[in-house]
Amino acid sequence: MINLRIDGLDVQAEDGWTILETCQFYGIDIPTLCYDHGLSPYGACRLCLVEIGEGKNAKLVSSCTYPALEGLKVKSHSNRIIKARKIVIELMIARCPNSKTLQDLASKYNVQKIRFKIKHEDCLLCGLCVRMCKEQMMSGAIDFIGRGKDRRITTAFDEKSDLCRTCGGCMYICPICELRCQGPDPPGAVCGSCLEMSPTCLDFSSEAQCFMVESGCGTCVRNPIKKNVNEMEE
Amino acid sequence: MKDIDKFKQKLSRIRKSKAEESNRPCIIVSSGTCGEARGSKEVFLALKNVIKKYKLGKKVDIRLTGCHGFCQVEPIIIIHPENIFYQSVQPEDAEEIISETIINKNIIDHLLFKDPNNGKKIKLEKDIPFYKKQNKLLLKNNASIDPFKIEDYIGIGGYSAILKVLSKMKPEKVIDTIKESGIRGRGGAGFPTGIKWSIAGKTEGKKKYIVCNADEGDPGAYMDRSILEGNPHSVLEGMMIGANAIGAREGFIYIRYEYPLAVTTIDAAIKQAKKYRLLGKNILGTGFDFDIKIVRGAGAFVCGEETALMASIEGKKGEPRQRPPFPAERGIWNKPTNINNVETWANVPLIINNGAKWYSKIGTKGSKGTKIFSLVGKINNTGLVEVPMGISLKEMIYDIGGGIPENKNFKAIQTGGPSGGCIPKELLDLPIDYDELASVGSIMGSGGMVVMDEDTCMVDVAKYFLSFLEEESCGKCLTCREGIERMLEIVERITEKEGKKEDIETLKELGEVVKDASMCQLGQTAPNPVLSTLKYFENEYLAHIREKKCPAKVCRALISFKILKDVCNGCGACRIACPEKAISGEKKKLHSIDRKKCIKCGICFETCKFDAIDKRAGSD
Repeated sequence: MINLRIDGLDVQAEDGWTILETCQFYGIDIPTLCYDHGLSPYGACRLCLVEIGEGKNAKLVSSCTYPALEGLKVKSHSNRIIKARKIVIELMIARCPNSKTLQDLASKYNVQKIRFKIKHEDCLLCGLCVRMCKEQMMSGAIDFIGRGKDRRITTAFDEKSDLCRTCGGCMYICPICELRCQGPDPPGAVCGSCLEMSPTCLDFSSEAQCFMVESGCGTCVRNPIKKNVNEMEE
Repeated sequence: MKDIDKFKQKLSRIRKSKAEESNRPCIIVSSGTCGEARGSKEVFLALKNVIKKYKLGKKVDIRLTGCHGFCQVEPIIIIHPENIFYQSVQPEDAEEIISETIINKNIIDHLLFKDPNNGKKIKLEKDIPFYKKQNKLLLKNNASIDPFKIEDYIGIGGYSAILKVLSKMKPEKVIDTIKESGIRGRGGAGFPTGIKWSIAGKTEGKKKYIVCNADEGDPGAYMDRSILEGNPHSVLEGMMIGANAIGAREGFIYIRYEYPLAVTTIDAAIKQAKKYRLLGKNILGTGFDFDIKIVRGAGAFVCGEETALMASIEGKKGEPRQRPPFPAERGIWNKPTNINNVETWANVPLIINNGAKWYSKIGTKGSKGTKIFSLVGKINNTGLVEVPMGISLKEMIYDIGGGIPENKNFKAIQTGGPSGGCIPKELLDLPIDYDELASVGSIMGSGGMVVMDEDTCMVDVAKYFLSFLEEESCGKCLTCREGIERMLEIVERITEKEGKKEDIETLKELGEVVKDASMCQLGQTAPNPVLSTLKYFENEYLAHIREKKCPAKVCRALISFKILKDVCNGCGACRIACPEKAISGEKKKLHSIDRKKCIKCGICFETCKFDAIDKRAGSD
């Protein structure tokens, strides 16, 4: 067992656990995006940042890749983390404004303004699909190519891959394919965040949290049955 | 008799014959990549032909060596034993050099170096101001050896350190010596080498690796290249000592694809070392096995980062990963691995030969030894400079570098490559060492130094480095990839007259987060060019944003050209030269520029012989 301290609380982690796994075990909420418990951690999205160390040596690390070490002092919600997290979300939305997951994150962390040019890339390069294909589907049909701003995900030589069984695992796990809710107003960079009522449906799927449930926006994946009931009543 | 004693005798035989040779006159032609580019090979061939013509083959030696550092005046030749220094030698000069200097012992005046500050001609290498303040522990050997001859290296005392280690030093003793010397990694981060070695040495494991990082990618930096090209055996010897101390049996030299000459020299050096049984199985009968392989990089800057480099050696995509586990615990193929930079390895034999005490006397409290810098940019003497740590930036620029050309004003010096920072005039007294540079927001990096004068726009500098990093980031971390792209987006907007007043705040905020939240050193230092220029040159940013002016007259959207009424004599040269036909006017009458057509290329400004065209900060 490894002894460490998270947010002032003495905790114990199993050998081989990461900081994120330890936090999850103790019920400390850390937002994640490129992390999935069925896949190997990658550390690309930088959303699950935590602060380790103290004083001058304190630094931010991605909790999904950083191992729980003996005697480590971890903060999960310092001002430094929240400031970084907000910028991370802002950068994400500037790249992919159409994702519901990202819009929910924005309202949860009160990101109200995007200061950068909106790009509509529709891929965050989080690598979930790549790892899903390789590790869970045992295929490896897709991977990253290029570096820096030219980085993208594709099949080998951009050709139809013999390895791909069109299982759809990549689409299943993608946090960006999932469309954002269509609110009453024309879509801006950040959505109306359900009129700034927090917490959002990222935490609760109760219909009371979404004012769109009554009319049925048609994009909500969390409440499909309710929508059908509405239709039947009509 | 033991193998190791036989080898000792062999070394002393070689040294003896080399010492006898050294009495003869020898012409040394400096021919690193820089020398070769300026025609040193041709000079060498011409000299050889003339020597043949005069039938001096047995009386005069000629040697092709690596770079001597003073790249500004290549091709350089030095004539031993007097050490006469000839610069910018052309093949046509060969005849004169042999007949005058070698045979008649006369000095050829027009080949001597002329001090740009007082116009004096200097005859000997040691009197040249560029070399005066240097302490060349590593670079001096470049002039004494032919990199393709192991005998030359042995002649100057080479391979005596490995002999000392194998015959009478225990691995722990070697590691302690390196620790005591206080040497810190020359690759950039400055981690103490001895501590790195001791961690790798303590880690249990049957198989361990050591790596020489020769993926030197900073724009304008070429220290490692010159060591590999000029003195490859010193790197091999250092690696052997390291491998023996740590318990590694295999080593890799990861060398960038763009250094073909260095690959040839190091490859030849490995083959020769194998011939001498210094590499391979059971080295000199001591039971120590060690072999070195060359791995060529594929041109990615990020592969200089150690975890990305290891992934690249394994044949994977060059992408950094989280540390810990550190390479010393789990490196290449999950085996303990020790990675050091070329310059660090080359220092190791020196420390073993001369002792830790001798080494730790050089330098400052926190940074020991000498460091090679490549001094480039707007400076009179461009080249490689090896100085003791702690020398001030002022000495570096004005004494060694010879000041700024055309008597222009110094503006800033950029240290540490693309992820370093710009240091302004006010901080010129700063001593150069790891901690001092870090304290002003820059880094030592691998040792690149780019000097900038008053004609350099600092916003443009930040833009250049960001666009380099935008392409060279591996793209894994969102903060690094997107963050750099967005910073570049903002800086570009500022240089294109579209700057907003909140941009500076956004840049600062974004830069801090990119620094904080990225995983590897590339991302963590990427905002330095922006943050340091913002810190020291915020006024320039403000001039771009508020006044829509580029004070250094660089950013095209923020300058304008005007023809001066009283000076223009209507010669029409600018009208003909203008690619956009934006200039009109009758012969011998005042010309004028059409603002709408002008693309501000500056050709008219360059063309006008009468200085009638005025380049102005501000677009109107």
